[in-house]
Amino acid sequence: MRHRSGLLTLFLMLTVIGIAGCGGDYPQSTLTPLGDFARMVDDVFRGTVRWALVVFVLVEAALLVAIFKFRGKPDDAEPDQVHGNAMVEVVWTIIPAVILAFIAVPTVKTIFRTAEVPTDAMEIEVIGHQWWWEFRYPTEGVVTATEMHVPVGQKVVLKMRTADVLHSFWVPQFAAKRDVFQARYTTLWFTADTVGWFPGQCAEFCGTQHARMHSWVVVESPEEFAAWTAAQRVGSPLVNGGVVAPDTTVPAPPVDSVVIKGQDAFVAGGCISCHAMVGTPLAGQLFEGNTNAGPNLSHVASRARLAGGMFENTEANLRRWLSDPQLVKPNTNMKLPRPLTDDEIATLVAYLQTRR
Amino acid sequence: MATSAREHAHAPAPSKTGLWSWLTTVDHKRIGILYGASAFIFFLIGGLEALLIRWQLRIPENNFLSAEAYNQLFTMHGTTMVFLAVMPLSAMLFNYLIPLMIGARDVAFPRLNAFSYWVFILGGLFMNASFLFNAAPDAGWFGYANLTSKQYSPGMNVDFWVIGLQILGVASLAAAVNFFVTIINLRAPGMKLMRMPMFVWMSMITQVLLLLAFPVITVALVFLLTDRMFGTGFYIPAQGGDPILWQHLFWIFGHPEVYILILPPFGIVSEILPVFSRKPLFGYAAMVFSGAFIAFLGFGVWSHHMFSTGLGPIADSVFSLTTMLIAIPTGVKIFNWIGTLWGGSLQMKTPLYYALGFIALFVIGGLSGVMHASPPADLQQTDTYFVVAHFHYVLFGGAIFAMVGGAFYWWPKMFGYMLREGLGKVQFWIMFIAMNLTFFPMHYAGLHGMPRRTYTYVAGLGLDWLNLVETIGSLGLAVAFTLFMVNIFVSFRGRKANPAPADPWNGATLEWSIPSPPQEFNFPEIPTVEGRDPLWTAKRKHGGPLPEPKRVDGSNIHLPNPSYWPLVTAIGMSIMLIGFMAGGLPVNLIGVAILFFGAFRWAFEPTG
Ligand SMILES: [Cu+2]
Ligand SMILES: [Cu+2]
Repeated sequence: MRHRSGLLTLFLMLTVIGIAGCGGDYPQSTLTPLGDFARMVDDVFRGTVRWALVVFVLVEAALLVAIFKFRGKPDDAEPDQVHGNAMVEVVWTIIPAVILAFIAVPTVKTIFRTAEVPTDAMEIEVIGHQWWWEFRYPTEGVVTATEMHVPVGQKVVLKMRTADVLHSFWVPQFAAKRDVFQARYTTLWFTADTVGWFPGQCAEFCGTQHARMHSWVVVESPEEFAAWTAAQRVGSPLVNGGVVAPDTTVPAPPVDSVVIKGQDAFVAGGCISCHAMVGTPLAGQLFEGNTNAGPNLSHVASRARLAGGMFENTEANLRRWLSDPQLVKPNTNMKLPRPLTDDEIATLVAYLQTRR
Repeated sequence: MATSAREHAHAPAPSKTGLWSWLTTVDHKRIGILYGASAFIFFLIGGLEALLIRWQLRIPENNFLSAEAYNQLFTMHGTTMVFLAVMPLSAMLFNYLIPLMIGARDVAFPRLNAFSYWVFILGGLFMNASFLFNAAPDAGWFGYANLTSKQYSPGMNVDFWVIGLQILGVASLAAAVNFFVTIINLRAPGMKLMRMPMFVWMSMITQVLLLLAFPVITVALVFLLTDRMFGTGFYIPAQGGDPILWQHLFWIFGHPEVYILILPPFGIVSEILPVFSRKPLFGYAAMVFSGAFIAFLGFGVWSHHMFSTGLGPIADSVFSLTTMLIAIPTGVKIFNWIGTLWGGSLQMKTPLYYALGFIALFVIGGLSGVMHASPPADLQQTDTYFVVAHFHYVLFGGAIFAMVGGAFYWWPKMFGYMLREGLGKVQFWIMFIAMNLTFFPMHYAGLHGMPRRTYTYVAGLGLDWLNLVETIGSLGLAVAFTLFMVNIFVSFRGRKANPAPADPWNGATLEWSIPSPPQEFNFPEIPTVEGRDPLWTAKRKHGGPLPEPKRVDGSNIHLPNPSYWPLVTAIGMSIMLIGFMAGGLPVNLIGVAILFFGAFRWAFEPTG
């Protein structure tokens, strides 16, 4: 009897885990697809799971029946010495083959459907860095990091590569994942059908801070998206080499203003050798080939997260990050050429917070 | 073994005990025990690494381990379990059992066998010595290029990994040649191929896999070594190389490696089930051919590890279909095991518990395997905890359950006393429940968006409680293996009261026809085999259990002399390879000199 109760406990346990596993709030889940690509993938998966459950129940039931039905005692007579049964063996070779055909056909269909990259889509270039994601919008002229904005209902194609080691860009709610390489582009595509913020993270082990390489898909209405691109274009390396014509209708900021002092600190502190920043001489830099390249900071204050999405973009976090990035995120390529003074940090934090 | 004292005019009388006798042994049974003891210690180390990993992940954003420490631990956990625990546990059984099961006195090349063991243990110690330098390998057991390049992994960590694996590869290849020749050449008269015990069949197929797969990883590692040491660019895009080359080479080795890990456990289960069902293995021929078919197909599926690299729809479809095809022979095996139980008279002894647990759990691993054989689904699942769940059902639920079952089954033969049944069954239930608690929630963690190889995860993804359950489960597994060690200790203490007869389980194969533990020469007379399950045939002819075999004087039986040259040669080879990492050319040359000296003396040593 002990065996029976043990198995029963286990079965109940698995059921509880199963049921609980389906409820709750899982923002990074693959099981609640919100885009066309992810839905096709989900259909294949659910089809396979159904067959797997049938096979699981039949095989485990046969095993349990065998265990309980054929229990013997040491002094029982020797059972029939059966060596096999050609008929039975042929049948249980064919049945799995048939089931596999039911899985293989939708699989191959979906492989070819997902391999067809739409031609009428908005293109976004995705670039993996140790340990943050860069997004470039060639048509819209936007260069940003960590948060990938897309308009709802719009087909997007991601052309993806890496600046250093392999990573894998993962959009669990809308598509799936693809690895990124230096020498060739890989693609993913999807249409998001729900507005909101959706987390993802790098899926290919890429070194020390692999766990801290987050990304978000920010799905917004076409109007919000248009407003966002308009703001991001100002001083973008992809627009007019980052040069912004001075606005003569407003007076120039005084030399002791946050902006001017911040720009000076940005240059003096060495930030400029890895980060593009509107208003500085290197605003147009894309830092291609520089494996220490950091995100374009021209609009850093418009982003919700810092340091590859590791933490919220707040004043306190920014201060902590600038004080000792290697302490906060060991091995990060954010290597200060020299420790910054408290004054410099205060100036830079105030300045960066104005970069909307 | 006291009765087997023998004299040789031309060799010093070999001492039978003490450290020296173990360092120079060429007895396959002693080498098997060395393999088993070493592998079990490595298994405990790998298990400890797993516990540290689980402790870190029990809550989100935990600071128990640093990112660097975590990456070293998960890399070493995988590397250790694959190369230093499961493979050598199989090697223990190959060593101990193959000669006994085929009715031979030793393996074909006893000194090469000792050499394999010494190379293996040196490789394992070297790999783990990296912890002393705080430079344990940290790029994953799969070591994907170009993260492993000097530019992105400048430390010694990856060097330890490359050179350690090269050393271990030599051990595996030497052993594979040895066991393959042993099985082909040393079978007792009448032991035709289709009469071999299923464990011997699965072992032979495994040796073929080793012989074909290890050269591939060797080449891949040589490329990596020269990239790192001499500035070649096999995997470096800026030099015209391609990191994808590594993935192809690694998985052309890596997928067959999966079968190298699981076919011997298939063999173990195929031995246990018939004996405790008192009924021959169902569909023997189908079992042989499905094993061979799995191995053959295993070389044509490697790219299923690479669907997310974007191979294109044609390659994706082909590799998906070949992968699904493997489910058919695997299914045949599972059905035949159940067919073996069906109509039997099940003796519910400890080994059977583990064999049944193996079937129940392996089925789950097989089914989740079919799920990511489908590339679209795999695009979501790959590199997530779903895959971690999958292969732990295969390798823990499968391989480790079979190994523990095998340990309970063959322990009396190897050591001459029984392990405690009661403790063994309690251990089984703890292991079975804890195993599911640890690994089942990982399916959900993965599907709900938890990537693998991450030293932490953020709160708010719904992953907290899943991870907590997994950690609790892993503690249960620790309890189960503690109990196993307690069982060994208690059983050893009481061994006088509980000696093992030659045939405690009503076995079917030849190893049960000789005393437990066997004498050094195994069989006083080489048996003649007339069919499958030779011992059952003998018992049937005799009309009941056979009389307990007597220990006999084997002084007239020719056995190979002990030799320390395999150890010397192994040390030379290891020094030669370590020279690539420390000391440079002079160290390489010293290693080569010792290697050649050892091999030379070995070649011209009188063999007794
Ligand atoms: Cu990454
Ligand atoms: Cu594989």
